[in-house]
Order: sequence, then C-alpha cells, then structure tokens
Amino acid sequence: MKTEEPGMSLIVKTITRLTVGLILLYGIYIVTHGHLSPGGGFAGGVIIALSFIHLMLAFGKELALKKLNQSLSSLFEGFGAIMFLTIALIGFVGGYFFLNFISKGKPFNLFSAGIIPLCNIAICFKVGAGLFAVFVALTLLRMNGKKG
Amino acid sequence: MFELYALLIFMIIAAIVAVEIKDLLSSIVAVGAVGLGLSVAFLILKAPDLAITQLVVEILSLIILIRATIKRDITPVNGQKELLNAIIVLLFIGGFLFFAYLALKDLPSFGHPIMRVSKTYLVEGLKKTGATNLVGSVILDFRAYDTLGEATILFTAVIGVLVVLRRVGRKGVGEEVKEDEEYED
Repeated sequence: MKTEEPGMSLIVKTITRLTVGLILLYGIYIVTHGHLSPGGGFAGGVIIALSFIHLMLAFGKELALKKLNQSLSSLFEGFGAIMFLTIALIGFVGGYFFLNFISKGKPFNLFSAGIIPLCNIAICFKVGAGLFAVFVALTLLRMNGKKG
Repeated sequence: MFELYALLIFMIIAAIVAVEIKDLLSSIVAVGAVGLGLSVAFLILKAPDLAITQLVVEILSLIILIRATIKRDITPVNGQKELLNAIIVLLFIGGFLFFAYLALKDLPSFGHPIMRVSKTYLVEGLKKTGATNLVGSVILDFRAYDTLGEATILFTAVIGVLVVLRRVGRKGVGEEVKEDEEYED
C-alpha cells in the first residue's frame, strides 16, 4: 500500500480536482435557493455529501478525512439537528411551534420567506454530515474486514 | 401520457431484471435504472423537487451499495424455486390486484384532488409564508412537524450506524469476549 498512491488513476484525479468544487457550489446553491426554486435542504445536503464522497473515491480516504473527519461530521449533524429544533422552539415563545417569526420580505428575493432558508440550512448540515458519516463508517468497516 | 407509460414499462422490466439476474453487481445497476426512470417520471409529472431528491439519493445509495457492500460479501444467488411458493405468490398478487382495482376505482382522476387544503396552500402559500417554492413552504412551514419527524428518524438512523460500526471500543482480532460469542467481522 505504501508503494502506490491511494485512490484512482491520474485522469480521475484531474477531473475530480476540476469538478468537485463545482459540485459543492451547486449543492450550496440548491440549499440557499431552496425557498425560491426547486430543491431544498435535503437535496442540497445530499449533493454536498456527494462532493465529499467524490473526493474520497478519487483520492483515497486520507485526504477526504483530513477535510472532514468523522467526529467533525458527527458534530455538524448534531449542530444541524439542534439548530432546526431551536428555530422551532423560538417560534414557540412567540405563539406556536414553527412560528414564522422573521419578516417575510419581498417574494423572489434571496432574503425572504422568514425562517424557511434557515431551516433549509439546518437540514443541509444534518443530512450532508449524517450521510457522509454513514458512508465513511461503512467504508472503514470494509477496510477493517479486509485486514482482519 | 405516452412517455409516462413507456417509462413505467421500462421500470417494471428493470425491476424484474434486478430480481432475476444472478450477478449481484448487474442487479444493483438494474436497481439504479429503476431509480433513474422514477426520477424522469417525477420530472414528467412536473415535480422537480422530487426529481432532484430522487436522483441524488439514488446516486448516493448506489455508491454505498457498490463501494461498501458488494466487495465484502459476494453472495452467489442460486437455488431452486419451488412450485408451491410460486403458486402462493401468484395467488397473493392476484388478490392484491383485485382489491387494488376495487379501491383505486374511487380515487379522483389525475390532477383533480378532492382535498380542499391543497387548494388553500396554492392560493395562500405565497402570501402566508413568502416562499415562492410552494413545496418548500409546505414542508418547512405548513407541515414542519413532518419534517421534524423525518429529521429525527434520519438522526436516529445515523447514530445507530455509527454505534454499530464504531472503531473505538471494538474487540480486536485475537481478543476474547467474556460473555457470549460476539459476531466477528
């Protein structure tokens, strides 16, 4: 394993270096425009997780885990869940659960629709980090199994 | 509607191939074809949110299936199918189709929902939430409880996977376990 580089061939690595940023950016676009155009927190979160998985498949697990290791992704997942619940509970103070307490703004603006963009971002953290953590756990288990 | 029926027939054929084929990798590819057909079907039915979600989840599950499971345990699928099982399965399929025909006859026709709440969402969704994506306004404002439940389910599932497949605190290769025999992998 020491003699050869981890990951796939040079062609795959070059293409990955070009595309992985675009995929991540597209995921962020889908999340932040979730209240304006089709998409939303879940789909954008999965796209962000897929960009990290892309990195991991092409370059091997060391580089991807250096960028987002397992404890950090668990932390992000918990952060997303707590953020979503906090938004709901702040609304509870003003009247009822999930009250839309921020002003609606003008339609078709990026900063509009009250709490919906914030909820999208929270769900994106939760889904992206959670699915990446599941993928890493399954892949590391496979490597352990091969060794033992 | 012709393209939708063509897609449905394609998906049914791909699903039968996925069940019947011997090679496990080909079976997974056939499952991916079913998912892709479902995504295009959502797009034809003018549900782009569902199409995006279906496509990305399908890609992710395909990668996980190929990368994380298929190299570990390649189970050759062979075995004789018994005649009695086939007959019982056919009987159940027939019963299901009969009762489904009785039940689905009373459904409203396509594009004409009987629930008034959906019309209310369409009319007042933009005014009440300010979101131009009405699907987003439904899942995060009108029906945010459902989304909270889904988020909780996903959180529990991820925690379960991380606990079962953890590295810290696992038994080593030669180590013995005091109580029962643990599954070693």
